Amino acid sequence: MNILSWIIQIIFVPLVSPLCIGIIKKTKAKFQNRQGANIFQPYKDLWKLFHKDEVISSEASWIFKFAPFIIFAVTILVGASIPLISPYIQNTLTSDLLVIVYLLSIGTFFLALAGMDTGSAFGGFGSSREMTVAALAEGGFIFSLLAIALVSGTTNLSAITSASMFNHSQSFLSVILAAIGFFIILLAETGRFPFDNPATHLELTMIHEAMILEYSGKRLALIEWASANKLVIFIALAVNIFFPFGVATSFATGAVIIGLGAFLIKILIMCLIIAILESGIAKLRFFRLPDLLAVSFILSVIAIGLIN
Amino acid sequence: MLEIITSQISFFGLLLIFFIGSAFSLLVQKNDRAANIVSSLFAITGSLYGLIFSICLILTGRTLLITSHSASFPLLSMSFHLDLLAAFFIFVISLIALFCSIYGFGYIKHYFKQYNIGALGFFYNLNIASLILVVTAANGLFFLIAWELMSITSYFLVVYERNDKKNISAGYLYLIMTYVGTIFIMLSFLLLFKYTGSFDFAIIKANIALVPRIIKDIVFIFALIGFGTKAGIIPFHIWLPAAHPAAPSHYSAILSGIMIKTGIYMMLRLFLDILQPIPIWWGLTVLIIGSISALLGVLYALTEHDIKKLLAYHSIENIGIIMLGLGSALAFYSLNLPSLALLGLMAALFHTLNHAIFKSLLFLSAGSVINEMHTNNMEKYGGLIKFMPHTALFFLIGSMAISALPPFNGFFSEWLTFQTLFQGIRQLQFSSQWIFIFATGSLAFTGGLALACFVKAFGATFLARPRTTEVTKAKESNFSMLLGMGSLAVLTLLFGLFSGYLTTIFEKIGQDFSIFKNVSSLSSVLGFQSLSTNNNFASVSAPAIFVGLIIATLLAVIVTKYFINRKQKLVEGATWDCGTDLNGRMEITATGFSRSIVLIFKGILKPSIQHEVEYHDAENRYLPKSSAVTLSVSNVYQIYFYQPLSTSINKLSLRVKNIQSGNINAYISYIFLALIIALFSIL
Repeated sequence: MNILSWIIQIIFVPLVSPLCIGIIKKTKAKFQNRQGANIFQPYKDLWKLFHKDEVISSEASWIFKFAPFIIFAVTILVGASIPLISPYIQNTLTSDLLVIVYLLSIGTFFLALAGMDTGSAFGGFGSSREMTVAALAEGGFIFSLLAIALVSGTTNLSAITSASMFNHSQSFLSVILAAIGFFIILLAETGRFPFDNPATHLELTMIHEAMILEYSGKRLALIEWASANKLVIFIALAVNIFFPFGVATSFATGAVIIGLGAFLIKILIMCLIIAILESGIAKLRFFRLPDLLAVSFILSVIAIGLIN
Repeated sequence: MLEIITSQISFFGLLLIFFIGSAFSLLVQKNDRAANIVSSLFAITGSLYGLIFSICLILTGRTLLITSHSASFPLLSMSFHLDLLAAFFIFVISLIALFCSIYGFGYIKHYFKQYNIGALGFFYNLNIASLILVVTAANGLFFLIAWELMSITSYFLVVYERNDKKNISAGYLYLIMTYVGTIFIMLSFLLLFKYTGSFDFAIIKANIALVPRIIKDIVFIFALIGFGTKAGIIPFHIWLPAAHPAAPSHYSAILSGIMIKTGIYMMLRLFLDILQPIPIWWGLTVLIIGSISALLGVLYALTEHDIKKLLAYHSIENIGIIMLGLGSALAFYSLNLPSLALLGLMAALFHTLNHAIFKSLLFLSAGSVINEMHTNNMEKYGGLIKFMPHTALFFLIGSMAISALPPFNGFFSEWLTFQTLFQGIRQLQFSSQWIFIFATGSLAFTGGLALACFVKAFGATFLARPRTTEVTKAKESNFSMLLGMGSLAVLTLLFGLFSGYLTTIFEKIGQDFSIFKNVSSLSSVLGFQSLSTNNNFASVSAPAIFVGLIIATLLAVIVTKYFINRKQKLVEGATWDCGTDLNGRMEITATGFSRSIVLIFKGILKPSIQHEVEYHDAENRYLPKSSAVTLSVSNVYQIYFYQPLSTSINKLSLRVKNIQSGNINAYISYIFLALIIALFSIL
């Protein structure tokens, strides 16, 4: 089961991510009283985009052409590094919480540069907004994970997950507060309500969509796929770091299967929560977002203060 | 062989190379080309030799103690002490000076027939020699002489482009701030002399128990102000954003990469070595100052659109990060946690080296851009990546390193700093714990904001369409400039990849401090160069990250290019323009990019916006003739620190003026009074 666990670990994120997008879209459609597309539609979209011809702006430099590959590669590497179904894959090389945070920053960095590269006003403002949100989210991101790291006595994410939930019992409040803080960061980093509207192409509201406006064909497919991967990465972090129920505790076949099942159910629940939230609340004005991110940071700081 | 390289003679030989270089460049100053060749050749040879010399010292762990007493000046002795810390700083100086000199050889060419090249070579070589003297001097008075030599030579380099009025005033500000700093340094040395009876660092250290506690605290505050002014901590940093843009670019790199680090060097020397044992609040103060410098440095960098000022503010930010390592080292040692203190020191040393490398890389590539564009203003750039592709790549690498993106070197020293601070949160009690939380928070936000700032700097300079026609005339830099930048770019990656091995060397340097004898930092290097700290509290492997990224990127490229579809076409088209004609003025500017962050931090940055509209007819204001919008930010330290300071000094001077009545009888009575007071104080 060892090798199988490794294979699952590496291909899980890119394999499942379009499905998550499909589930969220379907749920939102139901809330809007629509039929909605099949939950497997995102796979078909990716397939279609990969086979289309591309139009690239004549202003674009190699940054624009190369960015989708590095953005996608970063999500693959991070997806393979974080604890998914079995934290017993002890990864002491790339699984540090700061490594994960700063690796994801590489993706943000290149995405923002690509947004500026074509010289479109939309792209530039999208990059500016994205970097603003990303910069302010950094504190909450590091601190919410740090709270759990301090509870578990390590900053290695797979080691954090393998520490049993019951060890945390005296720091229960800290874990909950940090989890709320992290959930806000999840919404910010993956461009969800109330930070960004993933469904809109209206220039006043968009952040992520503005940056990728000039992309088409296979590069667009890579970027869409990468942002889906990022969503799954954040969901996986949220459910496995803060609520590590059911993760496989050994390489036995049964344990791995239970781990996989539990993980899929947890992802499904998170997708539903995000979809319900997006159907229920409105997008915040851009200059209200720092307040929300500050809330996330302060919650995490309180969580750290409550430990001991 | 090693014996010869690490001998006294060899050290004096090293200094001699630079002195000869400076003398010879003056001799041949009539001929620009010859002066450039001579000064660069000696600087390059000297730095190369310094590199070998310092590496041999560090690897063999040998220390050199050179003392010479002269009878005529009993207090001043030309003595040197080359311990591992000094050797490390000689290494940093030589490394950066080497590549800056290689770059300078090509860069100086544009000064031909404009300025005196011989004088540049003279001051440049003398400055490098004085930097080496500063970090090796073992006597307070001798140190001050070296310090002055460094300040004076760097002043003349800052005002080198003297035809520009702005440079002269920048140099003036630099000179004032340097002397204010030096006064505080002198005061702290004099205080130490009063109680220990010597200027010799070793004797002061041996007799430190004789210094009363309150005096030690005063010495700490004076030294912090004095050396902090050189290092550029907020609020004593105001000379940095003025002096860096003024200096020639290859010297800006040295200014920011090395010279401000001499302040850090002396803080390490004084606080961790000479003045030990120290109270805990020293460390916590350094931590708070470091956090504020880091955060404010990056915020002011965001407001800048002068590319060199932006980089200068980032120097302040990075000095703040180094101070976080130093501050936690001080605090941990006072709290009797020597292993963690050693870890903090290692983080500070590592970040000193890394910042020197990536900041000089950034200054050099910014210098190449300015050389072609003839302006520092980023709003006049745009699209340079097509005209200067190599420079763009080097600036990109520098940006990634300074934004702490793995696998470049900046990430690993920030990682070590983070890990040190985490331990502070984990192991300390209430009040110190909260200061560590504050420091960690400021480091986290600094990282995010620095990333935003470098997206802005790179995007506005190199991407999108040219904003002026000047851009289209830009040409790629010449070979020696590219060689200087390229080598530094390679080093940012190499020093990242071998971060595991390097930390063992930093541990060795740290253990050379007498307080860290036989202390282990609890960090170790395992397989894959994986660096782990605090008994596996955390671990990271640079090669694994690098290889992982390369494999994943290659996989993505190969799969999309060769497996999924090989037939699809790639069409070039115009950027979607909503039916208008897109031009350079429609893309986002550097100011616009950071405007939202500036507005979010309006409590600190105090942005203002002024509209000026001129009407054809002032009576009925319907037809505007011209309109202008001025965006600006005001500096809090200027409003709350420097302005009150200058007004109070002015007021005091006016008061003091009253005693100058012009009446000679009054003056005689003053002399009489002074005499009586002097007599009483002697009795």
